[in-house]
Amino acid sequence: MFYREAGDFKTSYADDSQTFPIRFDRLRYYAVMAVAFGVIPFFINDYWANAVFVPFLIYAIAALGLNILTGYCGQVSLGTGGFMAVGAYAVYKLMTAFPDVSILIHVLLAGGITAMVGVLFGLPSLRIKGFYLAVATLAAQFFLVWLFNKVPWFYNYSASGQISAPERTILGQAVTGANTTAPAKYLFCLIILVALAWLARNLTRGTVGRKWMAIRDMDIAAEIIGVNPLTTKLSAFAISSFYIGVAGALFFAVYLGAAEVGEAFGIQKSFLILFMIIIGGLGSIFGSFAGAAFMVLMPVLLKNLLVGQLGWATDLAAHLELMIVGALIVIFLIAEPHGMAQLWRLAKEKLRLWPFPH
Amino acid sequence: MPDQLLYAIEAGLNGLMAGVLYALVALGFVLIFKASGIFNYAQGVLALFAALTLVGFQNGQIPFAHLINAIFGTDLHTFGWQLPAIVAIVLAAGVMVILSIIIERYVLKHLVNQAPIILFMATIGLAYFLEGLGDIMWGADIKKLDVGLPQGINETIDTVTYNAFGYGFFIDNLDIVASVVAALLVISLTIFSQYSKQGRALRAVADDHQAALSVGISLRFIWVLVWSIAGFVALVAGIMWGSKSGVQFSLSLIALKALPVLMLGGFTSIPGAIVGGLIIGMGEKLFEFFVGPMIGGATENWFAYVLALLFLVFRPQGLFGEKIIERV
Repeated sequence: MFYREAGDFKTSYADDSQTFPIRFDRLRYYAVMAVAFGVIPFFINDYWANAVFVPFLIYAIAALGLNILTGYCGQVSLGTGGFMAVGAYAVYKLMTAFPDVSILIHVLLAGGITAMVGVLFGLPSLRIKGFYLAVATLAAQFFLVWLFNKVPWFYNYSASGQISAPERTILGQAVTGANTTAPAKYLFCLIILVALAWLARNLTRGTVGRKWMAIRDMDIAAEIIGVNPLTTKLSAFAISSFYIGVAGALFFAVYLGAAEVGEAFGIQKSFLILFMIIIGGLGSIFGSFAGAAFMVLMPVLLKNLLVGQLGWATDLAAHLELMIVGALIVIFLIAEPHGMAQLWRLAKEKLRLWPFPH
Repeated sequence: MPDQLLYAIEAGLNGLMAGVLYALVALGFVLIFKASGIFNYAQGVLALFAALTLVGFQNGQIPFAHLINAIFGTDLHTFGWQLPAIVAIVLAAGVMVILSIIIERYVLKHLVNQAPIILFMATIGLAYFLEGLGDIMWGADIKKLDVGLPQGINETIDTVTYNAFGYGFFIDNLDIVASVVAALLVISLTIFSQYSKQGRALRAVADDHQAALSVGISLRFIWVLVWSIAGFVALVAGIMWGSKSGVQFSLSLIALKALPVLMLGGFTSIPGAIVGGLIIGMGEKLFEFFVGPMIGGATENWFAYVLALLFLVFRPQGLFGEKIIERV
């Protein structure tokens, strides 16, 4: 019904390699973009921005980053929280050291710094694999958090050990600091997310992405057919860490405003992002979005339902949430290891023939 | 002897004792990894869950009291009795067996033949689930666990070392008990896996699933068995850690400490788990003692991981692990 390919002939290579080859998909993509840029900014208020949209956008960036490393290149990382902390502290140092430079440049530079740190911690991946590597990335997580806690230079010797974002503007609009309006926060994150998602999509279907996937599927075989594991794995670590660093920078500067490293970027954050890509779909751009949306929305809905409607204690709801998240992870891994992205793909297959399946 | 050296020896000895406790958790990991190739992230949470259950039984708490109260508006808390420690331990061990049957039946059975990394992530999910379940069943407040183990400074060692060196070492009685228990546990596990029928079946499964199946060993039974044993080891670890620092969420974080222990000792070796535990325990205490003050302290959080990371780069299979051979 919706997915009619008959009559959709490709006459050039450009046609053949487009991201959305089916017209309906393309239109839907434009519609989503139009709503995201043209409708939501006019209706968004502080509650929706802080509870749903801004965390979703930022987590989507982090999930994209981790998905590049874990979903596309097959290297499981539990150090996401630590790398987000690198991004956050890098942007903080840059913002306070060079107040005149645009925040956008700072955020990107913070991503670049995180990429370098990521490569450093990615070096062992050339020797160790699988969950050995996963445990090794824990070293990054704990070491980085400790470092930012203990070295006063990173938090500018502030008495509380916290970092807080000063006000910075883009085109006269505050995007960080206390005076930021909800639409400004939202649009700032949205623009970065869209740019990065576009980049990720095109990286993963090009040479680099194919090399990543070859390494993921079987690294020894990939090496034999001429994929260099050194550059491939390290490029995955670098690009993934760039995304995660940008996410960390935004998480601190735009979303939190003030952060304490152990609380904001602890091991729980690493697992949260990992869960997003498992539930959303490993090795899928759409999956990163779906997983981020799911993991942001579920606690909000549960809290509204259990605490708001039924009047339960908050801690009970939090424990129930832990159980539900855990059970969902197991259920997804058993029933649909490719996550919500695969469910979406199946739904599209069905829609192709609907309503006449024969 | 100079004081500095004496302090260092004391720190090292205390580290050894802490290492024994790490090794106890690591032991549970190794058992499950050997038998099923599953890297069980949930081992630490199993220890937490076991300790919570034990305390709950001891104090006669009603399971799910908070949930029931929230749903039905009742005000239930305890049955109003106190069980003796030994009964509570047996009951808690029983719960761990039931738990392992449930895990095998509803999780592992469906994940046969999946990639190891998928199984690893499934156990992370399991860990979250059990953590939530434990909190909902027994409440999340910090609980005191007392099963009658001796605690406090060991006077004998204190006096003897004071007479010998002029400085009394502080060694906790509980740590000594933990070391003895760990030694007994390792010896009995070794005897079990070397000489009993089920133990041999367990080693056969560890060696080769297919071959074990073809000679009539029930894979599912072995898995239940090995998870039960791991649950029991977790219970022991939970008792030791719980007596030391109270039953609380941070108990599950010791599982994370057991990971570098394993990487150091090798994932497939029971002696490796013990030796790795001792090295990590002593290493982090000595590092904190000598280097910690220079760089701001609290290095225990990451020292073990960084040590294991550096170690792995040079010897990926760990100290005692089997050599990793990969074929296309």
